[in-house]
Amino acid sequence: MYDFTYTKPSSIADAAKLLAADPDAKFISGGQTLLPALKHRLNRPTTVVDLTGIAEMRGIRREGNSLVIGALTRHAEVATSAEVKAAIPALAEMASNIGDTQVRNRGTLGGSVANNDPAADYPAAVLGLGATVVTSSREIPADEFFLGMFTTALEPDELLVAIRFPIPEKAGYAKMRNPASRYVMAGAFVSRGPQGIRVAINGAGPCVFRQADMEAALAGAWSADAVAGVKQDADGLNGDIHGSAEYRAHLVTVMAKRAVVAAG
Amino acid sequence: MNAILPFEGIGASVKRKEDLRFLSGRGQYVDDINRPGQVYAWILRSQYAHARIVSIDTTAAAAMPGVIAVFTSADMAGIGGIPCGWQIHNKDGTPMAEPKHPVLAEGKLRHVGDPVAVVIAETRSQARDAGEAIALEVEALPAVTGTTEALAAGAPRVHDDIAGNLCYDWHIGDKSMTDAAFARAEHRVAFETTNNRLIANAMEPRSAVGDYDTTTGEHTLFTTSQNPHVIRLLMGAFVLNIPESKLRVVAPDVGGGFGSKIYHYAEEAIVTWAAAKLGRPVKWTADRTESFMSDAHGRDHVTRAELALDKEGTFLGLRVHTQANMGAYLSTFAPCVPTYLYATLLAGVYSTPAIYAEVKAVFTHTVPVDAYRGAGRPEATYLLERLVDVAAKQCGFDRIELRRRNFIATDAFPYQTPVALEYDSGDYFSTLNQALETSGWAGFEARRAEAAKRGKLRGIGISTYLEACGIAPSAVVGSLGARAGLYEVGTIRVHPTGSITVLTGAHSHGQGHETTFAQLVCDKLGVPVAQVDIVHGDTGKVPFGMGTYGSRSLAVGGSAMEKAMDKIIAKGKRIAAHLMEAAVEDIEFDRGTFRVAGTDKTKVLAEISLAAYVPHNYPIDEIEPGLEETAFYDPKNFTYPGGCHIAEVEIEKETGKVSLINFTAVDDVGRVINPMIVEGQVQGGVAQGVGQALMENCVYDAAGQLISASMMDYAMPRADDLAPVSVATHVTLCTHNPLGVKGCGEVGAIGSPPAVINAVVDALRDYGVTHVEMPATAPKIWSIIHGSTL
Repeated sequence: MYDFTYTKPSSIADAAKLLAADPDAKFISGGQTLLPALKHRLNRPTTVVDLTGIAEMRGIRREGNSLVIGALTRHAEVATSAEVKAAIPALAEMASNIGDTQVRNRGTLGGSVANNDPAADYPAAVLGLGATVVTSSREIPADEFFLGMFTTALEPDELLVAIRFPIPEKAGYAKMRNPASRYVMAGAFVSRGPQGIRVAINGAGPCVFRQADMEAALAGAWSADAVAGVKQDADGLNGDIHGSAEYRAHLVTVMAKRAVVAAG
Repeated sequence: MNAILPFEGIGASVKRKEDLRFLSGRGQYVDDINRPGQVYAWILRSQYAHARIVSIDTTAAAAMPGVIAVFTSADMAGIGGIPCGWQIHNKDGTPMAEPKHPVLAEGKLRHVGDPVAVVIAETRSQARDAGEAIALEVEALPAVTGTTEALAAGAPRVHDDIAGNLCYDWHIGDKSMTDAAFARAEHRVAFETTNNRLIANAMEPRSAVGDYDTTTGEHTLFTTSQNPHVIRLLMGAFVLNIPESKLRVVAPDVGGGFGSKIYHYAEEAIVTWAAAKLGRPVKWTADRTESFMSDAHGRDHVTRAELALDKEGTFLGLRVHTQANMGAYLSTFAPCVPTYLYATLLAGVYSTPAIYAEVKAVFTHTVPVDAYRGAGRPEATYLLERLVDVAAKQCGFDRIELRRRNFIATDAFPYQTPVALEYDSGDYFSTLNQALETSGWAGFEARRAEAAKRGKLRGIGISTYLEACGIAPSAVVGSLGARAGLYEVGTIRVHPTGSITVLTGAHSHGQGHETTFAQLVCDKLGVPVAQVDIVHGDTGKVPFGMGTYGSRSLAVGGSAMEKAMDKIIAKGKRIAAHLMEAAVEDIEFDRGTFRVAGTDKTKVLAEISLAAYVPHNYPIDEIEPGLEETAFYDPKNFTYPGGCHIAEVEIEKETGKVSLINFTAVDDVGRVINPMIVEGQVQGGVAQGVGQALMENCVYDAAGQLISASMMDYAMPRADDLAPVSVATHVTLCTHNPLGVKGCGEVGAIGSPPAVINAVVDALRDYGVTHVEMPATAPKIWSIIHGSTL
């Protein structure tokens, strides 16, 4: 990796200031995306701002009908949290299947969501539950947060602080893994609750997206059979050596069915 | 001493001595070696599949912080090309095309990863920073990566002076006899397949440290090698012109080879040469991306085959036409892989009387291809075992009975095949029967029906394979084009108080030699395993050696130790005779004890060795002091492990995902020294074979870019991609080596791929499928199911 300076602020305000002052600085939390990119010299930040010293970005707490999870919360913590398991078991289940043990013990919710890798897991949960992204300066609804491949509504000096998940009546997630990277080939997160019926698809396209036809079908009848007949258009989906866009489009339906079954 | 011996000798599952240091992070790998004053090399590699170098400007790079030197091929004038160790002759008797393989590119770049220049700096990071400042101007040229495409008229040439990209056009067998067999056949079965290109991906990337002693003129190379003496020979004699006496090559702990660390690579020559030129030790270690684009790849055959059968299903003849991808240059043993390690195996376990095979080797704009676990035998086995299944289906024979009908009879050994090899022993009926029993073959249809209820397609597949290990004898391989001998060397050094050091030319990079070899010594000389140390991997310590590949270490290296121990015993008997005042002919030896026959007079080995090193009461006029013997063992033949592998898979209809459910291996690897290690070797081999069958695939795009250049895109099997592997052995002894051993390192990778694919095809039996190419990935299977009307 190229040389960079390292700093570890202890408050959200200090971290945001560092980024505002230097457009070539980068935030790091668990480092599961940034570090490999640095090692491959694909990224050349002047300063790496380590967020892990900011206490107010940690923690899992219930707030009324929502579950608020701090951005620095590691996947393993979400997976094993009694609070998460009780409120949104599908989210705990998702977290328990992200990457491998090492990734789950380092990677964080905020890092994954802010990075918005099309093949990451968490964006599907945020969009599929209709969560709210709490930042250092505002609150952004999930529907307005994920803008495109590796692109979000976050401003360069805006810090993702926490995510507020409304607690659904039902939620479920299913994915097919890429056999090499184990990232998501195609996944579906479905929920029914305060945010209505939502189906979020990850892995298959350049960015996580809602599948409106499936949501309509589930509104008619909450069952796997209801989504089984909904075909995903392959146009615009990802195609590579691991599977064509047509294959991924087919997987979208299969994963949606499975997610509904998992949701119960 | 004797009382505890049987538990550690031949047949005991002694725990691996080497594992304490490996599992506690205390192995000493090449990258762990740091020499005083050491500097670091970074290699600029081609990003182009094919390009002409217009200019290389290293001025800016040389001025970067910490940079000591930047070298291109212009600086290495007088250095030889990287040699090839095997010369194949064409059908017409002319030698193969053998292009120069420069250490650093000369004029042209021929594959992504081709080394262009080397930067040497005080730190790794500085070297890489400077490497990015090298101004390389090229003219990109059209490339060809596909085996068949490279032979097509008008294909871009990899080497300007090699027409049609043809390395050689070789054949074996009797063409007219085979044609005649086809003329009278009742059934003719045709089959075409591609054996997918693989990347070994040893856990430890390649690494090399060069050092030079200005006072003695001695060069030392620490390198991740399976055969340090071979590297010393090739690099010293052909590339750098260093006499063996001034070149020490050390291959310390090596973290996996699988063939990819047999070969002499450019980086070894670069660090050795640069260390002498600069007077500083030079280290280079590949990162994973470099490994993908610079370690030799494996397999990559395109084959068309036909089998002729009579009405009852007896095989009459086999015709095979194979095109083998060599990559851009000839790696050390590349030419022999699709010839003498492939076509000679096309009889398999069958008594096919007439076989004719043609092999064209082809240059392409890809990383050189060479031996990878199995080397030629997996390709032959895959072809045969798929072809037999295809024939059974096409002609209406039961796939088991068709195999049984054509097996070489158990009493037919030694058996001469029509493709040069003479098998010494085997019992294919027993390994088949045992595997059918263990796998529950007879009850499969019930399991298939149960799986169907779960929406799964279940299939079972079989492979009855044979392979050839311990390539030999030297005189024969020499006549076939080998530019080296293929013996092995062992020294047994009995120390004064009876402990033993063994020096072996074999090299352990995960195989557990330190344990297995110690067991051999324990079994024969009666010394506990803990008191037998195995030294390997250092040309400064071990007299000579050819290294470890082709499952040869025990059959060839172990036999050399056995012969050296015979010499120890013979000398020991003469010393014992003197000490016990008896005739030499009256001295008996058994596991460490010399006895005067018919008496209770005995001397143990430690007493003999003490007498040998402290020769106070010693026949000094007749026998030299000391107790150390060396033997070179040149085998009379290959060894021929064989057996039966059975795979059971389930396919998820909705996604096409194939899951291995269980795997049964019954292998005849000859005498088993350590059953636990054999089981581990077979399991590891099966994992690699399953990887090839279901997951692994090296992919180039049309422009010659390596698409599967990282773990993100090259699918290696993980533990949860596998299934329980039941390993059993059924032993027939090798008849021509003193241990009766055959070899177990590659059987898993050789026997398993066709078993898995046969199971996949069986699972899809209702879909009219006759073949699925490797790897059988989910989208591929889904396309078959999706395209069907079922």
